[in-house]
Amino acid sequence: MNAPQKLTLKDFSTDQEVRWCPGCGDYAILKTIQKLMPEIDTPKENTVFVSGIGCSSRFPYYMETYGFHTIHGRAPSIATGVKLANPELDVWVVTGDGDGLSIGGNHMLHVLRRNVDLQILLFNNEIYGLTKGQYSPTSKVGTRSPSTPDGSVDMPLRPCTFALGAGARFVARTIDTEAKHMTPVLKRAHAHKGASFVEIYQNCPVYNDGIFDYIKDKKSASETRLMLEHGQPLVFGQDNSQGLRLNAKTLQLEVVTIGENGVSLEDIVVHDETNRILATMLAGLSAPDFPEAIGVLYCQAETSYENSVYQQIKTVREKKGIADFNAVLRQGHTWTVQ
Amino acid sequence: MSVVEKVSDSIDADQVTSAVVVRFAGDSGDGMQLTGSNFTEATALHGNDLATFPDFPAEIRAPAGATFGVSAFQIYFGADEVTTAGDDVDVLVVMNPAALITNLKDLLPGGVIIADSDAFTDKNLVRAGYQSNPLEDGSLEGYRVIVIEITKQVIAAVEPYGLSHKFAVRCKNMWTLGLVMWLFDRDRSVTIENLEKKFASKPDIAQANIAALNSGHSYAETAELPSGVEVYRIQRAQVAPGLYRNATGTESLAYGLIAGGRLAEIPITFASYPITPASSLLHTLAQHKEFDVVTFQAEDEIAAVCAAIGASFGGTLGITSSSGPGISLKAEAISLAAATELPLVIVNTQRGGPSTGMPTKTEQSDLNQALFGRHADTTLPVIASSTPSDCFDVAIEAVRLATQFSTPVLLLSDGYLANASEPWLVPDLTEYTPFPVQFETNPEGFTPANRDPETLARVWAKPGTPGLEHRIGGIEKSYETGDISYDPDNHQKMTDVRKAKIDGIARFIPPQTVSQGNDSGRLALVGWGSTYGAIHQAVKRARATGADVSHIHIRYMMPFPENLGALLSGFDSILVPEMNTGQLVEVLRAKYLIDAQRLNKVSGQPFKIREILEAIHSLLGESV
Repeated sequence: MNAPQKLTLKDFSTDQEVRWCPGCGDYAILKTIQKLMPEIDTPKENTVFVSGIGCSSRFPYYMETYGFHTIHGRAPSIATGVKLANPELDVWVVTGDGDGLSIGGNHMLHVLRRNVDLQILLFNNEIYGLTKGQYSPTSKVGTRSPSTPDGSVDMPLRPCTFALGAGARFVARTIDTEAKHMTPVLKRAHAHKGASFVEIYQNCPVYNDGIFDYIKDKKSASETRLMLEHGQPLVFGQDNSQGLRLNAKTLQLEVVTIGENGVSLEDIVVHDETNRILATMLAGLSAPDFPEAIGVLYCQAETSYENSVYQQIKTVREKKGIADFNAVLRQGHTWTVQ
Repeated sequence: MSVVEKVSDSIDADQVTSAVVVRFAGDSGDGMQLTGSNFTEATALHGNDLATFPDFPAEIRAPAGATFGVSAFQIYFGADEVTTAGDDVDVLVVMNPAALITNLKDLLPGGVIIADSDAFTDKNLVRAGYQSNPLEDGSLEGYRVIVIEITKQVIAAVEPYGLSHKFAVRCKNMWTLGLVMWLFDRDRSVTIENLEKKFASKPDIAQANIAALNSGHSYAETAELPSGVEVYRIQRAQVAPGLYRNATGTESLAYGLIAGGRLAEIPITFASYPITPASSLLHTLAQHKEFDVVTFQAEDEIAAVCAAIGASFGGTLGITSSSGPGISLKAEAISLAAATELPLVIVNTQRGGPSTGMPTKTEQSDLNQALFGRHADTTLPVIASSTPSDCFDVAIEAVRLATQFSTPVLLLSDGYLANASEPWLVPDLTEYTPFPVQFETNPEGFTPANRDPETLARVWAKPGTPGLEHRIGGIEKSYETGDISYDPDNHQKMTDVRKAKIDGIARFIPPQTVSQGNDSGRLALVGWGSTYGAIHQAVKRARATGADVSHIHIRYMMPFPENLGALLSGFDSILVPEMNTGQLVEVLRAKYLIDAQRLNKVSGQPFKIREILEAIHSLLGESV
């Protein structure tokens, strides 16, 4: 065995030319993850990146780990198979809003429900990039695209709401260019045993440029984002002067100003990552009426799927004893012809 | 004098020699399949050769008395080699008028009918479409009819167990089984054991069923049965010595997949989605976690095949299974496995189609799909099993081809093979040659594009191996490095090498043999899949009358064995019986430019021996 050596970002970069458009948010995410890899304690050879189809799904080609660029929407299923084959592997799924929530929506639902131990990174740019700009299931109503020249008419879904609805036990949201935020979120996603779902707001400079400017712009950020911290009150705005209060009559969160109308910090909801109901309310908040939740919305670990599968296998093996194939074939009613 | 001989006299005595066909028919809730499987087990233990044909509707519990809800189980057994479930029925057991009206056409003249007269109520008669009661109106003259008030007999027999009327009546099938067991001199002890096991947690029900079984048996012993109905005495069959058990095609296929994994020395990951008639493969494998088997019921067909592919990438053998419509859904992913050259086994248990078609009925109509049903030039090996026992060896062969040639392999079975059972000479795994998988471990000169120069198999390097980190994917890859490549010449080369690899498998499979008859002559019947039994018997009978006819049965559908073309050219005529509109015949005509003739049947029912025999006679003309 070689002595463990300190790896760097370079050790996780392949010799392949990165082929995203200039200015694509994917570059920033790639860099953050390549930088993160040496900091997590998984041997490089045990790391696997699995993707589907779309711009984001080219990701595995640029990671010097094991990687599988598969077919549209099916990365969660392929990753489930990898994990069933070898639960020791550390498997990351990279997908997008079209790949993961449109063609692959069913697999996303079930991989989260089953709680397979994977890190699922959903790059949400609210548009189809690789097929040249059609609207996606996360595009806002009215999105003009080649397939919706007069504006899209169908309601978008919120990825984190979907994930929580599917029973995900780790749900977080972060932003492509904010490595300082993304890194700890991904570390936590990685440490979480079970399916970790991370939505990453990602800018597509070609087909949907600036779609997240309202939340990325430093000037307006304090008003538009709600930075989540477990055990801390849900405050935002300049000097954290605003907060979210639960309206007991409507059972909804409402924006209040601390110090006005008798509102004090005591009235503000305290973030509890283990509260699924709260997480679901936070996932649904959207600008401009509300700040959007950034950080870990929900984290409540339960036994992961492949863990249970192998536990069951272990129990069966202990019960049945040594597996003798010839003997099993001869079980039950047999007869001998002389 | 036994019934058998009488029956034999009434038809072609050459065709039935101490063999009998019994069919149990009733409502889908009457337990006919359970009755049949218990009778089969007793018959196997009795030492007869046998073949069975369960034929049931898709409805789980169709309305009582409806003709579309009739479930039947046919067994053909005898002292001689039995390879089909039989053409015509000697003894027909009917639990209601619907069962009689739908099955009578298959009963031989002079055959025996056993009917439960309690079920021939006005309501049931009308529902079945009878104007008058056939048990009373003389329309069954020409058959020997045993009319018994079975329901009344059963209720009396199980009375001591205090069951509700509903549960008491459910013992009807066991009562009838007892009677039929008397008729054929079968031992009831295995059935009694089975009942005790099945109802271990409900001893009352178990005892009531056993009482019904014994009551039916003693009724037959003491009752005045019509003249000519006596105990059938059927000699033990002369079969190869060894240890036997009954097995359906699904069971032996499941065991074959496990065996294949053991011979390849890798775990298997079986991922599938429920679909009739393929689900029982998942059920069987799920019971064998003690071997290196992980089973996964996916959310859909696509997830199932994708999980299997992921499992192969992860270093086990991924296997998926479905029936035609499900295979259609898997098609895109199968091409991914072909493009990335990962091992994968896909089992198609074919059923009647298109679309939902007839899920519980059999057909061979997915050959074209197996050979051609994918986008682009996705070529992959296709193999077909021919009998329930053969499923074991074919499954091992599928695993061998997948792992040795780094390719998806399609294994064709069908609804008949899946559900039919026959005595199986239990194989000994130590007699099979292992074909251990060699995973790459050496980083020296490694690229994911490396190939075995002989087989052209792509290297298999599993995640977890230090120094071999690499990426694969559906985008075309460089022949040299495995990196993404859009180079025109490279795509040509990769397409050629993928095809050459599959074509080259022909050098690693056994040459085509003639299963019966000479290797040249006037006529060869060329079959594949579950038509084996019927073709075998038809050719045997034709040859017994001096016909110059041979039987060739193909296991390797893609690629064909290297000598197949030359072999076929040695015959004046080729006849291809298939349960489809003519799929193999078209391939043979196109590939070998021969004037192969077709014989097709797409009724959801297997070929009868007679149908094939007639075709032989008609082709060979007067000279037979």
